[in-house]
Amino acid sequence: MTGAQMIVEALKREGVEVIFGYPGGAVIDIYDELYRTPEIKHVLVRHEQGAAHAADGYARSTGKVGVCLVTSGPGATNTVTGIATAYMDSIPMVILTGQVPTKLIGNDAFQEVDITGITRPCTKHNFLVKRTEDLPRILKAAFHIARTGRPGPVLVDLPKDVQQGKAEFYWPEEIRLRSYNPVYDPHPRQVEKAYRLLESCTRPVVLVGGGAIASGAHEEIRELAERLHLPVTMTLMGLGGFPGTHPQSLGMLGMHGTYYANMAVANSDLILAVGARFDDRVTGKVDAFAPMAKIIHIDIDPTSIQKNVRVDVPIVGDCKRALEKLLSVIKEVGRPEKIWREQFKDWWEQIEIWKKRYPLTYKQEGDYIKPQFVIEKLYELTRGEAIVTTEVGQNQMWTAQYYKFDKPRTLITSGGLGTMGFGFPAAIGAQMGNPDKTVIDIAGDGSIQMNIQEMATAMEQGLPVKVIILNNGYLGMVRQWQELFYERRYSAVKFQVLPDFVKLAEAYGALGLRATRPEEVEPVLREALASDRLTLVDIHIAPEEGVFPMVPAGRATTEMILV
Amino acid sequence: MSEKKHTLSVLVENTPGALARIAGLFSGRGFNIDSLCVAETLDPTLSHLTLVTRGDDLIIEQIIKQLRRLIDVYRVVDVTEEGEFVEREMALIKVRAEKETRAEVLRMCDIFRCKVVDVSPRTYTIEVTGPQSKLQAVIELLKPLGIKEIVRTGVIAMKREKKAP
Ligand SMILES: Cc1ncc(C[n+]2csc(CCOP(=O)(O)OP(=O)(O)O)c2C)c(N)n1
Repeated sequence: MTGAQMIVEALKREGVEVIFGYPGGAVIDIYDELYRTPEIKHVLVRHEQGAAHAADGYARSTGKVGVCLVTSGPGATNTVTGIATAYMDSIPMVILTGQVPTKLIGNDAFQEVDITGITRPCTKHNFLVKRTEDLPRILKAAFHIARTGRPGPVLVDLPKDVQQGKAEFYWPEEIRLRSYNPVYDPHPRQVEKAYRLLESCTRPVVLVGGGAIASGAHEEIRELAERLHLPVTMTLMGLGGFPGTHPQSLGMLGMHGTYYANMAVANSDLILAVGARFDDRVTGKVDAFAPMAKIIHIDIDPTSIQKNVRVDVPIVGDCKRALEKLLSVIKEVGRPEKIWREQFKDWWEQIEIWKKRYPLTYKQEGDYIKPQFVIEKLYELTRGEAIVTTEVGQNQMWTAQYYKFDKPRTLITSGGLGTMGFGFPAAIGAQMGNPDKTVIDIAGDGSIQMNIQEMATAMEQGLPVKVIILNNGYLGMVRQWQELFYERRYSAVKFQVLPDFVKLAEAYGALGLRATRPEEVEPVLREALASDRLTLVDIHIAPEEGVFPMVPAGRATTEMILV
Repeated sequence: MSEKKHTLSVLVENTPGALARIAGLFSGRGFNIDSLCVAETLDPTLSHLTLVTRGDDLIIEQIIKQLRRLIDVYRVVDVTEEGEFVEREMALIKVRAEKETRAEVLRMCDIFRCKVVDVSPRTYTIEVTGPQSKLQAVIELLKPLGIKEIVRTGVIAMKREKKAP
């Protein structure tokens, strides 16, 4: 078998259904094999960054490993932003890159780049394959590493002669890497300690992060919260890990979190963090973060624990398994629900006061369309059933605040790296993985232009993705910072030229719609949702609307700007 | 918290890129490496690496966890925290040895049990092995005589076996 055949065979055996990619001289042998392999669908993107984000969106929405395939040199470097995005949010991905023949490696050959060197800090692991016979074993290991433990992107660099060489195909049924042994099962004693803290606290908060979604722990979180009557807040990546419409949900915390989530965390005496890594957007000024709280931290990656905040009870393990264990301890002890309720009664009273004092609000009045209104309408019209991707900026934060995510894997957003241009290709990936769902990219007029060429990809694949542009004519989030902290010196945030997005959609053969007045919002959204093809909606929103509440960078989360 | 020197003993898969990954972890996170020694072990598929670094307890904890997180890293032991250990470093020192100082250099070598490994009309090159403190002492004493060049290996370390039953 040739190396290229082995690669495709390995992909088949790993159950890969779709690959996002872009060809070139260094991967032409693999493409030749794919030509003969109808079982694997190849999606031709328009830019390799799009391929990486699409594979990522596919992975986030399906829970499977996303795969992309690109050529050496410029093809490979174009994926780096996508790889780093996936790495920061712990998304399982396998990136296959072509490489110049082994003999030329290190010679500055045509289209050569040391991609394993470049991506070392932003991959979970990477491989340069030196011999054809190693291909099956390495590819198996790559998928294994990508999806197990704390998931992440794994890059496999494939020299051209390795693809062309011949060897016997040997598929290892099981893979064991002696130096890689993620811990899944929590230490029972730690779980008991956690239980005891829960029993003795009076002001608890559950903090749900992206790791909870990755491990599929949402049912357990809900059961725990309901049984013990605990308030639950979520990080951006944790949205959907607990139903946003649940009466015990406090919504998101952190820089643009709700007043009541931030107040609850700041005043809590116990935080149970599930798969959250205490990013600085969540903690604000670390020294002032939850000063009275003991912290229980469940995470599969021991490195996350004790990294940013001190932790009283570290629980290393899979979030789902750890919560199952905690629930079984709770059932064993059998403390009646009434007692839990009683224990947290005063705390809930306080939380209700905070909720009433500063709820999330905005006013839709006058001629300007408020972006929050658009998101709320979208939530209503989709009944919260859509898969929503976002770009980065205000559009992302309004979405996080106003679309009540009830289910895991329905919000797809670049949390860790904050990558503009992520949302649209990610939506393409999500739609490929979920052909029957409504997939919506909520975008800013800046971000959408970073990967707008993927309109052609979506058209080619017949994907009915909806792109809702919250068009404020500004790089809105940067403008907001300049307004608040730089005395309105609006430096390089106003676009002098914007395309006519409706015509642009039409140029690609898509449906283009526009709303400029509040009363047009609902009809236009309805039309978009009813459409069965790629649709781009240009919504002209109040240009100087801000995202609030807001915690200024580096300040305590209690120091919120509320309006 | 106070900074302390830590000697880490790391077993890592003997694959290309493994060392770069470890070095990259330190540079990428702004941790400092004081010294680093690598060689194959009895098992040729594993390399042994002795790494000296410094930091407060939290930083050292992070460094160790980050090292363990690397897919290639098989084992990490902080020998500084594991009780007694032996530590060795070697240096080659080329020192000026003219008529009036030749005898003095040899006397020093004798006291510190160094070996003279090369001789020229104007220099001696001597080999000295021992814990870092000893190397430091030799260097300080030879300095006034005129050191022309020093090459040091960096530290290797090993836990001491328990002696009492
Ligand atoms: C690739 C990239 N470049 C720059 C930034 C910095 N940045 C963060 S938000 C933002 C403005 C985004 O503007 P737009 O997409 O129009 O969205 P809005 O904030 O107006 O909703 C910028 C430039 C980024 N996050 N990503």
